[in-house]
Amino acid sequence: MRSVYRRWVFLATLLMIGPAGPASAQTADVQAVRQEIEQLRQEFEAIQRQYGDRLAALEARLGATQPAQAAGVPAAQPPTAPVPEQPTPGGTPPVGTLPVYGAAAAGSKIFNPDIGIIGNFINATGESRGGSKSIAPIPFATLQESEVSLQAIVDPYARADFFLAIGEEGIEVEEGYVTFPTLPGGLLLKAGKFRANVGRLNAFHNHTLPWIDRPLVMYNLLGGSPLDPDTGIKDAGVSVARLIPAGDLFLEVTGEVFRGDSGTVFKSSRRSDFSTVGHLRAYRDLTDQTNIEIGGSYARGHNDLGSDFVTQLYSTDVTLRWRPLSRAIYHSLAARNELFWSRREEPSVLQGAFGGYASLDYQFARRWFAGGRYDWSERATSAAIQDRGSSAVLTFWPSEFSQIRSQYRRTRYGDDGRVANELLLQALFTIGAHGAHPF
Amino acid sequence: MNVRISVLAGVAVALLAPPAAHAQSKLNVVTSTEDLASIAREVGGEKVGVLALARGYQDPHFVESKPSFILAVNRANLYIGVGRELEIGWLPPLLTSSRNAKIQPGAPGYLDASLNVRILEIPTGQITRAMGDVHPLGNPHYWLDPGNGRLIAQAIRNKLGELAPADRASFGQRYDDFDRRLAAAEKRWDAAMAPYKGTKIVTYHRSWPNFMERFGLEVIGYVEPKPGIPPSPSHTLELIDAMKADSVKIIVVEPYFSLKTPQSIAGQVSGGKVLVLAPSVGGVKEATDYIQLFDYNVNLLAGALKQITGK
Repeated sequence: MRSVYRRWVFLATLLMIGPAGPASAQTADVQAVRQEIEQLRQEFEAIQRQYGDRLAALEARLGATQPAQAAGVPAAQPPTAPVPEQPTPGGTPPVGTLPVYGAAAAGSKIFNPDIGIIGNFINATGESRGGSKSIAPIPFATLQESEVSLQAIVDPYARADFFLAIGEEGIEVEEGYVTFPTLPGGLLLKAGKFRANVGRLNAFHNHTLPWIDRPLVMYNLLGGSPLDPDTGIKDAGVSVARLIPAGDLFLEVTGEVFRGDSGTVFKSSRRSDFSTVGHLRAYRDLTDQTNIEIGGSYARGHNDLGSDFVTQLYSTDVTLRWRPLSRAIYHSLAARNELFWSRREEPSVLQGAFGGYASLDYQFARRWFAGGRYDWSERATSAAIQDRGSSAVLTFWPSEFSQIRSQYRRTRYGDDGRVANELLLQALFTIGAHGAHPF
Repeated sequence: MNVRISVLAGVAVALLAPPAAHAQSKLNVVTSTEDLASIAREVGGEKVGVLALARGYQDPHFVESKPSFILAVNRANLYIGVGRELEIGWLPPLLTSSRNAKIQPGAPGYLDASLNVRILEIPTGQITRAMGDVHPLGNPHYWLDPGNGRLIAQAIRNKLGELAPADRASFGQRYDDFDRRLAAAEKRWDAAMAPYKGTKIVTYHRSWPNFMERFGLEVIGYVEPKPGIPPSPSHTLELIDAMKADSVKIIVVEPYFSLKTPQSIAGQVSGGKVLVLAPSVGGVKEATDYIQLFDYNVNLLAGALKQITGK
């Protein structure tokens, strides 16, 4: 085909240049040109015939497959490429078009990070009774958070993860960090802003929780504020985690240093007011389908009363999971318990507050989960007041990429015995990159 | 205060202690699935220790990234993955938290077994998740064609030879032996399946295109309306109609799916039969290695087809 074009171009150029040589030479040239044109005509007709035949064959094949498709059984099969007869040699990139939306895959797009967006729409009804001052109230309807994730490998030594939490009005870097997975000595180093490894749940993002809200203890003792539905200790800093050799026992110790600003729990008034976190995590497979995880954490930082006042947190967490491997997509169970002790220095007194939660989640069908949670927590700034709550949760998964959840929540606020009964509904929906499932 | 100092001191000591030295006598190979592990054992023999993360009776799309897997990957000299985004939901966090520079993607100790095999169903047009959980890089169940098994074995032979040059000859010999046994077995399987070329069947998930193409069976529909989407009543009715129209009798199901819908479909098609085939080594207890896997599936399938067609 290309040679035909080349000849056309040659011919056109020849015609444009026009008669330039002597007359005899011209006659010879005209002869040659005529022959050339005749040859071109024949080639063109041959190509036309060829294409006509191929088109007819294609139409015939389409006609044959249409009735089968009308029956609707091989539903929505993506168009597929003809398979190369010979395997491509080892080491070459995957064959076929890469899944880039829009225009043709420009080279630079290949290095774009994996992008995903998770929408978190929440609807609340019932009487919140004003709630507690530290617990974020949920309005009638809210797109509480749209989490944008941008993740990619930086270079042979590092990978980067960004999670931008976009509220209806503002945007916050929920997490943004670089991880160095290839350090010597079995260390895993993280630097940036991230959720601290205090307890188990604190490191979870809202959309990966088994409930719509976070337990009361996270609002009361881990820095909740009415403005922040995504409560927990998250700050800019450095984290170092290391595996401790212990045979079949997974034992990981993590040390973290942060600037010292996190919600209402830590406040840094000067550079040396940094906060620290230590976490020990032990995990063991009891059987192929049952495992247990136990953790202990300590956190220390300066509180909002100034550099002279320190808040310390101690916590324990236990998670028991069960998932029968051959029916893993139909049934699973997770029981969780976390306890927190807060010791907050104040000018005249040491506030010692305690709180925790216990929960059970059971997947009873491929798309259905049911669960319950019991909360109790004293308040960090007035330990004499204890809030209690209980929740029942039902979740439906249309697919791996969307989730509809309802939660009935009953809260008894300790300051004056107010009781709030609320029904929460949530729609979670994911587009873009297929993120990893949290464990 | 004392508690704080001791806790911080404990953390510091734990972080700074020297790492444990691992025994280096054998090459430690960790694979995503038992199929890759079986082929790695065939080629590596006694020179390698092989461990598979997912069990053969487990849906390989939904494996949990358990911390015990981090320990296993942490000790690996070579990680062999299925690739084509089969493990996208669980492998990336395992590799990142493994603290093992040798097996990070791109490093010499990471082998994507899909890179030199024959891949089917690579989408060419625009794809969306309205089509279900489609794999943009093609169907990842490619090991179910013994021809691809041979190509995987070649890739593993080359990789092992690269990592342990002293044992290259042994890997080459073991590969040749595996190749011979596989070729003999292929003749057996082809002969057993030959009478049923062109028979139409239904499968639960799109796990079998390579297997069915290899043995000349035609898949006319799936119990799942779309990949990863559980069966729906309307689709089930359509499927029953299509099976009746084409007189399809056999529904092939993976061991990790519920048999309820397939059995109710089979009940409504005269002579309908549900066959639980092993999509992986270890999927059923008889499928103890890569060749046994095909022995089991071919015997079961050919036996059922013989009953139905009388050939």
